[in-house]
Amino acid sequence: MATPASNRALPAIAVDPTNKPYFDAAREGRLLIGLCKDTGKHFWYPRGCSPFTLSNNVELVEAKGTGTVYTYTVMRTKEPYCVAYVELDEGVRIFTNIVDCDLDEVRIGQKVKVVFKPTQGDSPPATMFTPA
Amino acid sequence: MSINGKAYIVGAFEHPTRKADDKSVAQLHAEVAYGALQDAGLTKDDVDGFFCTGAAPGLGPLNMADYLGLTKLRHFDSTDVGGSSYVMHVGHAAEAISMGLCDIALVTLAGRPRAEAMATGTAPRSWGVNVPDDPFEIPYGRTVANAYALCAMRHMHEFGTTSEQLAWIKVAASHHAQWNEHAMLRKVVTVEDVVNSPMVSDPLHRLDCCVISDGGGALIITKPEIAKSLKRPLVKVRGHGEATKNQNAGYTDLTYSGARWSGPRAFEEAGCRPADIQYASIYDSFTITVLMQLEDLGFCEKGQGGKFVADGNLISGVGKLPFNTDGGGLCNNHPANRGGMTKVIEAVRQLRGEAHPKVQVPGCTLALAHGTGGLLGTRHGSATVILERE
Repeated sequence: MATPASNRALPAIAVDPTNKPYFDAAREGRLLIGLCKDTGKHFWYPRGCSPFTLSNNVELVEAKGTGTVYTYTVMRTKEPYCVAYVELDEGVRIFTNIVDCDLDEVRIGQKVKVVFKPTQGDSPPATMFTPA
Repeated sequence: MSINGKAYIVGAFEHPTRKADDKSVAQLHAEVAYGALQDAGLTKDDVDGFFCTGAAPGLGPLNMADYLGLTKLRHFDSTDVGGSSYVMHVGHAAEAISMGLCDIALVTLAGRPRAEAMATGTAPRSWGVNVPDDPFEIPYGRTVANAYALCAMRHMHEFGTTSEQLAWIKVAASHHAQWNEHAMLRKVVTVEDVVNSPMVSDPLHRLDCCVISDGGGALIITKPEIAKSLKRPLVKVRGHGEATKNQNAGYTDLTYSGARWSGPRAFEEAGCRPADIQYASIYDSFTITVLMQLEDLGFCEKGQGGKFVADGNLISGVGKLPFNTDGGGLCNNHPANRGGMTKVIEAVRQLRGEAHPKVQVPGCTLALAHGTGGLLGTRHGSATVILERE
């Protein structure tokens, strides 16, 4: 039974002064992740402090935009959608959706690549993934 | 400092309603508070410690304390980690009592999501404003159901857990609920009923999910001298543990819960082991919640939860670990979308010998209640208490 991904309307994203650079990059089709400069370790989600040291010695760096499905589920609502954690090649696992495919074919370990999907109004796009 | 033996649960009350069309949330708080005080043989003017959560109407405990006419308060605590908060409150109340901060603590929970037709599990919702993870989760349709389904899917992948094994948890709950006249779902179901019910969020079916109900409950906790002066059976708090689990900076592992930490803390304080527990109230927002917590609490090895729960092992009188003998959140009651209160209440019933005769564990003297609040697949608060009939 195929379940095509729906084009459900996505809510506006709450941009704040700290996460704005992330979403500015998303508008340009670039995926950024956090980097703790104290430890050299990547982190998710982007924030104004290092979750490893609590210092503000952090920056956003560009990720390759590819990864694998760590886990997923298909919400069987009127407009079905696939929620997933994708493990980026850089190592962090990010909460996202798998789109533009038959949702019944999504599998753990599947290779995926980033795709940006429009949200409401002038809000920045959402960071999603599709089979690579 | 240990709370072992420093406090007793002397009052416990579960509101009989499951749909409160004609009552406000504040009214429900009043009714459960009154019920628990009556059960204990106390009055509201005996209460000098008050515990509730952010789910209570108003600013922390202030508005409810006013509404309930609590004028003698010298200690309050509105710790909120979701549905497990009320398990945590038992530990916090015991700590406060042991330090002399209060003598008689009242814990209340009430809500009416069913009357308000809330899409509890399947609509995205935030916990507030300025929540830093919201922009990275809410647009992706994070709901209660899918935040648990993500864990179930990974558990199946890593350990070979099956939908049929998860279904046994619901089957066991339904065997207990048939004897509870207040339970929402009293029909005994089979593994086939569960796996053939509509899929909500793969791999969780409708019958893998708890009920949505109105109502609430309350507890009275006090110091040993007062407990021994009252007429109720003595239910002693022996140990408590709490923990939070989060996304670990993006390196999350969804195969375990915070029970991995709260459980051992509680067992250490209580001076006992999982094998000593005769009855367990295990948070059952979904079947997967139960399975993962049983593993993390040490009732079986990690990854063996599926085998452990199968074939009726959780059914009172049949299996080795009777659980949720009121029918749990899966079949009886999950008031205000928060199941911790009813977990403690059924453990108290079992220790008093007041559970339904068909599900009462004979000679039950040691019980555990455990909760997971928030979302299993993102961030949650875990709380464990171990209680003893003295």
